[in-house]
Amino acid sequence: MIEKKEKTEKVFAKEPKKINEFLYFALRNTKLKVGLSIVLLFLLLTLIGPLFTNYELNAFSAGSLSSPPSSEYWLGTTVFGQDIYTQFVYGLRATFIVGAIGGGLATIIGLLVGFIAGYRGGIVDELLNMLTNIVLVIPAFAVLLIIAAYLDVRGILMESVLIGLINWTWTARAVRAQTFSLRSREFVDMARMSGMKPLKIIFTEIAPNMMSYLLMALILQFGGAILFAATLDFIGLGPTQGISLGLMMNYAVLWGALQFGSWWWFVPPGFAIMAIVGSLYIMNVGLDEVFNPKLREM
Amino acid sequence: MRRYFGRKILIYSITFFLAVTIDWAIPRFMPGDPIRNLLARAGQRAEAADVMYTYYTKAFGLDVSTWQQYLNFWKALFHGDLGISVFRFPQPVAAILMKAVPFSICLLVPAILLSFYAGNKFGAFAARTKILDNTVLPLGYILTATPYMWLGILLAWSLGIVAGVFPIAGAYGFNLAPSLSWTFIFSLLEHWFLPFTSLFLVGFGGWAIGMRNMIIYELESDYSHYLEALGAPRNLIRRYAFRNALLPQITGLALQLGVIVAGQVVTEVVFSYPGIGWLLLAAIQNQDYFLLQGCFLFIIIMVLIANFIIDIVYVVIDPRTRIGMVGGGS
Repeated sequence: MIEKKEKTEKVFAKEPKKINEFLYFALRNTKLKVGLSIVLLFLLLTLIGPLFTNYELNAFSAGSLSSPPSSEYWLGTTVFGQDIYTQFVYGLRATFIVGAIGGGLATIIGLLVGFIAGYRGGIVDELLNMLTNIVLVIPAFAVLLIIAAYLDVRGILMESVLIGLINWTWTARAVRAQTFSLRSREFVDMARMSGMKPLKIIFTEIAPNMMSYLLMALILQFGGAILFAATLDFIGLGPTQGISLGLMMNYAVLWGALQFGSWWWFVPPGFAIMAIVGSLYIMNVGLDEVFNPKLREM
Repeated sequence: MRRYFGRKILIYSITFFLAVTIDWAIPRFMPGDPIRNLLARAGQRAEAADVMYTYYTKAFGLDVSTWQQYLNFWKALFHGDLGISVFRFPQPVAAILMKAVPFSICLLVPAILLSFYAGNKFGAFAARTKILDNTVLPLGYILTATPYMWLGILLAWSLGIVAGVFPIAGAYGFNLAPSLSWTFIFSLLEHWFLPFTSLFLVGFGGWAIGMRNMIIYELESDYSHYLEALGAPRNLIRRYAFRNALLPQITGLALQLGVIVAGQVVTEVVFSYPGIGWLLLAAIQNQDYFLLQGCFLFIIIMVLIANFIIDIVYVVIDPRTRIGMVGGGS
C-alpha cells in the first residue's frame, strides 16, 4: 500500500510530459507487452526464418512424403514431400505484407474520407457518407471474390491493394465522427481565423488529437487484412504463385491432410494467423488502457 | 422514423443497383476473355474454335451493344433468370441456388443469433469480474482472432477423425435419401453440429469481448457514477449499462455481416456442407462464371435483407430513432 502511494507520488513529482506519461504506462501494461512481443517474434521469424532452410520453396522430394516433424524437416513435409517449414516462413512473409499494405491502405483511405467528410460537412459529407454506407453494406468478401475469380494471374501485392480498397469503411466512419466533434473546438477555430489552409488544419490541429485512435485503427486494420487474405486464399483465390498461410491450409484440406492425420500440415499456418491477429487485438486493448486513463486497472 | 427508413431504403436500393452493375461489369471488363478460356479448355482446332466463338458469343448474348447487354441483364434478373450453370449443365443457376439456400440459412441464422446472445450475456457478466476478466477473456481474443477455416479444420480433425464422434462431410449421410424420418433428421443434426459449432465459437469470442469493453466504458460514464453515488445496487447499474452497450453491439452486428458470411463460406468448404459457400468453391474450381455471379448476387441480397432487419430491430429498441432524433448509426 505504502509502496503504491510512493509510486504515484513519484509520477506526479516528475510531472512527465504527455509522451513520457504514455511511455510510462505502456511499459507497465502487460497486455501491450505480451501482444507486442508475440508479433515481434513472428516478425523476426519472417525475417530470419528463410535463412535456416535448406529446401527450395515448394520443391518436391519423392523420398519423404508426408513425414512428421523431424530434425531434417522441422515441421514435416506435405503429401508431395514439400518442406512445410519453408512454406511456413515464406507464408508468414506474405501474411505480413498483406497486413501492412492492405491494412495500411485501408487506414489511409479511411482517414482521408473521414477527415474530408467530417471537416467539410455539408454536401461533401453527405456524398462521402453515402459512399461509405454503400461500401459498408456490400459484403467486401463477395466483391473481392468476384474480382479475384476473373483475374488469371494474382499476386500478393494485388490482393493487398484490393483488400485495402474495400476495407476502409468503418475507419472512415469513426474518423468522420471524431473530426466532426473536433472541428468546432476553439483551437480549430483559431487556426481557421489565422488563415491556415484546411488540409494543414486537418493534419496539424485535428489529426494529432486522435493519434491514439489512429494507431489503434491501423492495428485493427492490419489484423483484419490478414484474416481477410487467409479467407480468400483458402477458397483458392489467393496468389497464383508463391505461398501464403491460407494457401497452405487450402492445400492441406484439398489433399486430404485431415484424413491422413497429417496435423503438422494444417496446424502451423492457422496457429500463426491466430497468434498474430490475437496478439494484435490484445495489444490494442493494452493501448486503449494506456491512452484512456479511465480504463486503466486500479 | 420515416426519414430514417427513407434514407436506409435509398442506400439499399443504390447498393443493390451497384451490386448488380458490378456483377454485370466485372466479367465483361476484366482482362481476359471468359469465352476464350472456355474454348481453350476444350482444345479444339482453330477453325472449329472460331465457329464455337461466334456461337458462344451469341448464346451468351454478347453480340449486341454494351448498353443492350446491360438492359438484358436486368430484364433477365427480374425474371429470376441467372443463366445456365456450366458445372451442372443444363440446370439453371437459380434452381441450383435454391437447393443450397436452406442448408446455408439453417447454419448461419442459428449461429449468428445464438453467438450474439450468448456472447453479449457472457461479456456483460465477465466485465470487471477480476477472475473471469483475466482468464476467460483472453480466450475470447484468441477465438475471435482464429480464422474460421482453421477452427473448422481443427474440429473436423479432432472430433471427426481422431475421436470419430461426428461426420465431417456433407449435410446428411451418403447412404440416406432426404425424407421425413427420424434417422434422416438425426443424420442432418449430426452433420450440422460441427460447422455450426465452429461458426458459433468464433462469433461468441468477438461478441463477448465487444460487450465487455462496452460495459467497462458504460460503467465509467457519468450516469453510472451518479447511480453509484445514489447507492443503487450493482445489478441495477449493470442493467442500465447493458442496455446502452447493446446498441453499438447491434450496429456491430450489421458491420460484421460481411465477415460472418465469409466465415460461413469457408466453413462450408471445410465440411463440404452443400450450401452457398460450397457452391462458390465449385463454381471457382470449374470456372462456372454464371454460378459465381449468381452466388454473388444472392449473398448481396441476403446481406441487404439482414441489414434491413437490423434497422427495424434498432427502431424497436432505440427510442431515439422513433422520435426522429439521431441514432441508428448513420
